[in-house]
Amino acid sequence: MKDWRYWLAEQRGTLLAFGIFIVMFVIYTSNHPAGFTANVVQTASNKGVLLAFVAMAQTLVVITAGIDLSVGMIFTLTNCLASWLVVGTGIETAFGVIAVLGTGLLCGAINGAIVIYGRLQPIVATIATGAVYFGIALLLRPFPGGSVNEGLADALTGRLFGIVPASLVTLLAVVLVVWVPFSRSVLGRAAYAAGSSEMAAYMSGVPIRRGKFAAYALAGLLAAIGGLFLTFFTYTGDAAYASGNAYTLFSIAAVVLGGVSLFGGKGSAIGAIFGALAFRTIGDLLFVFDFDPLWQPLFQGVILLIAVSLGAFALFRVRNRLEWFL
Amino acid sequence: MDGAVPLFRMEGISKRYGGVRALEKAELSVTPGSIHAILGENGAGKSTLIKVMAGVVASDEGRMMLDGNEVSFASPAAANQAGIVCIFQELSLVPELSVADNIVISDPPKRFGMIDRKAQRRIAEEALARAGASDIHPLALVKDLPLSRRQMVEIAKALARKPRILILDEATSALTAADVARVFAVLKRLRSEGLALLYISHRMNEIAELADQCTVFRNGRNVASYAAGTKSDNEVVELMIGREYSHIFPPKPARAAAAATPVLEARSLSWTDRLHDVSLSVGAGEVVGLGGLDGQGQRELLLAFFGVLRGLSGQILIDGRPVAIASPAAARDDRIGMALIPEDRKTEGLMLPMTVRENLSFAALDRLSRAGIIDRAAEQRLIDDMVGLLAIKTAGLDIPVGALSGGNQQKVVIAKWLMRQPRIILLNDPTRGIDVGTKQELYQLMRKLADQGAAILFYSTDYDELIGCCDRVLVLYDGALKRELVGAEITERALIASALNIHEEMPKQGADA
Repeated sequence: MKDWRYWLAEQRGTLLAFGIFIVMFVIYTSNHPAGFTANVVQTASNKGVLLAFVAMAQTLVVITAGIDLSVGMIFTLTNCLASWLVVGTGIETAFGVIAVLGTGLLCGAINGAIVIYGRLQPIVATIATGAVYFGIALLLRPFPGGSVNEGLADALTGRLFGIVPASLVTLLAVVLVVWVPFSRSVLGRAAYAAGSSEMAAYMSGVPIRRGKFAAYALAGLLAAIGGLFLTFFTYTGDAAYASGNAYTLFSIAAVVLGGVSLFGGKGSAIGAIFGALAFRTIGDLLFVFDFDPLWQPLFQGVILLIAVSLGAFALFRVRNRLEWFL
Repeated sequence: MDGAVPLFRMEGISKRYGGVRALEKAELSVTPGSIHAILGENGAGKSTLIKVMAGVVASDEGRMMLDGNEVSFASPAAANQAGIVCIFQELSLVPELSVADNIVISDPPKRFGMIDRKAQRRIAEEALARAGASDIHPLALVKDLPLSRRQMVEIAKALARKPRILILDEATSALTAADVARVFAVLKRLRSEGLALLYISHRMNEIAELADQCTVFRNGRNVASYAAGTKSDNEVVELMIGREYSHIFPPKPARAAAAATPVLEARSLSWTDRLHDVSLSVGAGEVVGLGGLDGQGQRELLLAFFGVLRGLSGQILIDGRPVAIASPAAARDDRIGMALIPEDRKTEGLMLPMTVRENLSFAALDRLSRAGIIDRAAEQRLIDDMVGLLAIKTAGLDIPVGALSGGNQQKVVIAKWLMRQPRIILLNDPTRGIDVGTKQELYQLMRKLADQGAAILFYSTDYDELIGCCDRVLVLYDGALKRELVGAEITERALIASALNIHEEMPKQGADA
């Protein structure tokens, strides 16, 4: 009866990310001029969930041993689309939200179809589709602008009962509605199995293709939820190339921090969420210590390098050097 | 068994891989409630037969009947559905998933559309208990288990699928003796429950203990079927031999008195559970073969010499002096002068999209360059020499090496190493999948290099080659050296008998041989 040990081993990456986040967040709030107040938490949460959604999206694809370099662009595209559609009466807004999420799902499905049925490498396929998605975003919003249903936006970026950030509650809801069912479904297991050993999975009669396709499609959906939230925070749509790319790269950083293996088959979206929150907090730490914001990329980079190096220790245990290259 | 309707029949099954015929009109019948052993040497077609049966590869011709109805399987899943479950030699477990996840992977129990983890746990525990492996925790990750435990999980996984026909392909090769005993008990119980079991093993004692019926394969055909226990080990070996000699080998020189110091020597090499206390020596001008069944540590032994393995114990001596070879780069250094012709030329020997020229000069670039700049003229001279020496047929030096035929690709791999003029040449099954003509050229070349003073260690899965090419053959079994055959002792009978680790009765034929 040592079930808890196995559970602990499985959750190690997630727990580590959670630990890093808590430590960082405590340092952050204890040095923040305003301290640990509902306001500070709300602001941090609103910034954090954006990356958390995109990181969740990235996790799904990385689990299949792929990578999605278009998540940031889907995020940008859906932001621009939302700034047109998520407006007007309640009914109109609802349809707008559905259209935006549907677009994200479609983008993800296209990625999946190209990678799985077109047999292209994920990295190449998603660079190309990412450029296409950004191109559409640019046509939708050549200049920043548009608007959003402010009632809905304020509700989802505000606080519940004056304390709990609504964005955090939404994140939790998405985890329960998207991630938990996926990870416990046959398709989710197929995605893990394909990422860990595609050949063994095939030999065992696992529905590899459907599992991978579901992962890519849901990644598009999650990125769209992120794009929707961006619109709620900013009230505008903006086809910003740099920001889209930054989200893609930060999502990979968050995934790695969250204990998801880039080799596939291992990790969870929960870990990636804490990875994302930790990564954001690290960036904000400099702000509370009154460092010049110029230092931020350098500092984030160093932290990331340290986190990634931790994962490479396993290579020292390899006894047949040819396994380094597998 | 007479008159019993076979549960499953294969009729006239043929399968070719390129020009190589793996199965030629093979037949097999399987009856419920019995254990059927399949025997045959390397490349006799056993594995292909099973792959056809389990839906991994499709046969070119022939048909399969299940319960009297013709069936065909497009995938392993389809075969599983029909009740045919195979435990493959290469494990089919997903390393990052837990034992329980793996056991139910083909058809997990579901509740509200999600995997029911409690039911999964229960099924896994039952299957592990049925396989006699209750010591394995269902939540452990497969990658954390040692090989013998993984093999037990593989068996539990097969049992959880409720098979009617269970195929075990060398399923006991990684097991400890205690596990083998437990697995045997399980297999006997399954037989009494009415399952049909197909058992492939090279361990004759296991077959003697388990099998009801045996079928021997040779050259892709089933050459004999008999009730277990009706033939002696020697008769079985006899059945497994009998290929026509199709290769022409260069004459072997009269064996010179062994040189004082061997060029390459190993003392008590051991590595993990794959190599146990291996000692050997290879002298200048000698071609020494490594024999035995596939996967008995021959590959690891070559990698050990070539500096690829870490945590190796024992000693390697070059010209009588102990050396530490830390990497392939160190092994090819002039002081050691070693070359390894790898088994898989596509991944370990060549960079397929790059040109013939580039591939040829890769291993010798340090010799052909001064201050990091490649001497083009010297490179060209050496390449011309090699292309001539090995008669490499290529449309040009600047086409991708991937466009060459398999035999010519292999020549490029060999030429690449010969450009360094190595003193010690390790060959890892170099003739696999190449045509007969090229094989002959390679045999000639090997002997020529030996005559020029190279020490050659040659692993082959083809017994004819070992007989035809080698001055001595060392037979490995389970990572240990079991037997050394010298000169006229190298016969197919001796090779097979020692590969199977059975003690061959030596009829007094030394005089008239």
